[in-house]
Amino acid sequence: MKAMVEKQIEQLGNTVMQMLQGLGDFTNFTFKTIFWTFKPPYRFKLLFEQIYFIGNKSVFIIFLTSSFTGAVFAYQIYVGMKVINADSFIGPLVTIALAKELAPVLSGLVVAGRCGAAMAAQIGTMKVTEQIDALEVMGINSYQYLAVPRILGATISLPLLSAIFLMIGYGGSWLIGTKLLQIDEVIFTSKVSDFMELGMVAEGIIKATVFGYLIGIIGTYHGFMVQGGAEGVGKGTNMAVVWGMITVLVVDFFLTSFLTKIL
Amino acid sequence: MNEYSIEFKNLVKTFGNSTILNNLSFGIHKNKITTILGFSGAGKTTLMKHILGLTMPTSGDVIVLGTAINKLDEMSLREFRRNFGMVFQYAALFDFLTSFENVAFPLREFTKMNEEEIKDKVLKLLDSVGISREAAYRLPSELSGGMRKRVGLARGLALDPHIMLYDEPTSGLDPITTHMVYDLMRDTQLANVKNGFTSVIISHDIHATLKYSDYIVFMEKGTVVEHLDVESFKKSANPVIRRFLEL
Repeated sequence: MKAMVEKQIEQLGNTVMQMLQGLGDFTNFTFKTIFWTFKPPYRFKLLFEQIYFIGNKSVFIIFLTSSFTGAVFAYQIYVGMKVINADSFIGPLVTIALAKELAPVLSGLVVAGRCGAAMAAQIGTMKVTEQIDALEVMGINSYQYLAVPRILGATISLPLLSAIFLMIGYGGSWLIGTKLLQIDEVIFTSKVSDFMELGMVAEGIIKATVFGYLIGIIGTYHGFMVQGGAEGVGKGTNMAVVWGMITVLVVDFFLTSFLTKIL
Repeated sequence: MNEYSIEFKNLVKTFGNSTILNNLSFGIHKNKITTILGFSGAGKTTLMKHILGLTMPTSGDVIVLGTAINKLDEMSLREFRRNFGMVFQYAALFDFLTSFENVAFPLREFTKMNEEEIKDKVLKLLDSVGISREAAYRLPSELSGGMRKRVGLARGLALDPHIMLYDEPTSGLDPITTHMVYDLMRDTQLANVKNGFTSVIISHDIHATLKYSDYIVFMEKGTVVEHLDVESFKKSANPVIRRFLEL
């Protein structure tokens, strides 16, 4: 009995130690990437390549996600609002929800899935095939060369994707609201302009920027932490996606509490 | 003038409770090919990482070209690493770049050469290691193992290093390609010897080592068992070496 308790305490201790070690590694990685962001040489070509990959290459999937989200959300709100005869409020309700929550969060989840995974897989593969060692031997800092452009690329791209999400989502809701649910076009748009405020859009953009940074740092961190061969790359990629998505959802809660107070 | 390119002075490296390198003190001769030989787990790769400054000693010094590299700050160390060329076990070519781009990579990063000069130098280097123009524009995934090693060698030579390091350069290659790669390494050494060029090879391949090396350092359990020229090594009475020679 005593031995079993001791073993369980030991296991708990090991788990806590591993978590602390992971936290320490992540903090160290974060500070290193911040340090190397401001050190020359500035690699603009690599940054633009990442903006193209994370931003431009995600536009189609953002288009699909946002158009259907806007349309479905409009339809669901219509069902509820119709009961209290307030169906003309579909426009502002959908747009506010898109601007403050849906656009940044869903764009974040899409980018975490698509690009966070790609970052971890690319860097992880380079790690296990000694390509990162090759960079270091040449005197090139691998954090600066591989992590910084990806983190900055995600930080710049995600607010832009979120803005596209908002516009397309609004378009989807407008289409369903005015064409399918027969709400007057003038009423739909005028209600949106009556209720929407710049602060709401700013809230969404700030959230998307923070999510972009976090997805970038989580994706690259899990790439650099890969150990072993193909299995390690798979594990790192999986961790990048899971932690990327969880982080977006958890941080969204805290950002909402904070930004609602200041904006 | 110092006869050594690299010197280890009382070098100790420990990880936790295990001692990986145990008080090593020896030098690697300038202008020569030295092979570090030993069984798996002898500490060969850790020793090479110390030469490159990728791992720092627990105690002792690593002196490369007269500089104690364990005392350099990070920026100076990165700059200092340009004295090295390295061929990795599996070449470690950047898989998103063609052979040409791989060799051009360090030139674009560290020199002020224009594109025309880079093209000339890269094609000359690839030519010297027997890579055709057609193969120069292929991705590493489209090359054979031997070709990848040769492109790796060309990339390592791009910045005219003083020390060339080879980490098990022939693992996974057939015997004919193995000798072709060793021939290339020897030719590289001979072609650059006037510049104080030194080659350090980590290997398990005893036959190729005896044929191509000038000096052999035999390691076991983090210590140097023997450090001899090839002819003396062949005659060594050390039982561990005898066992290795009889393989």
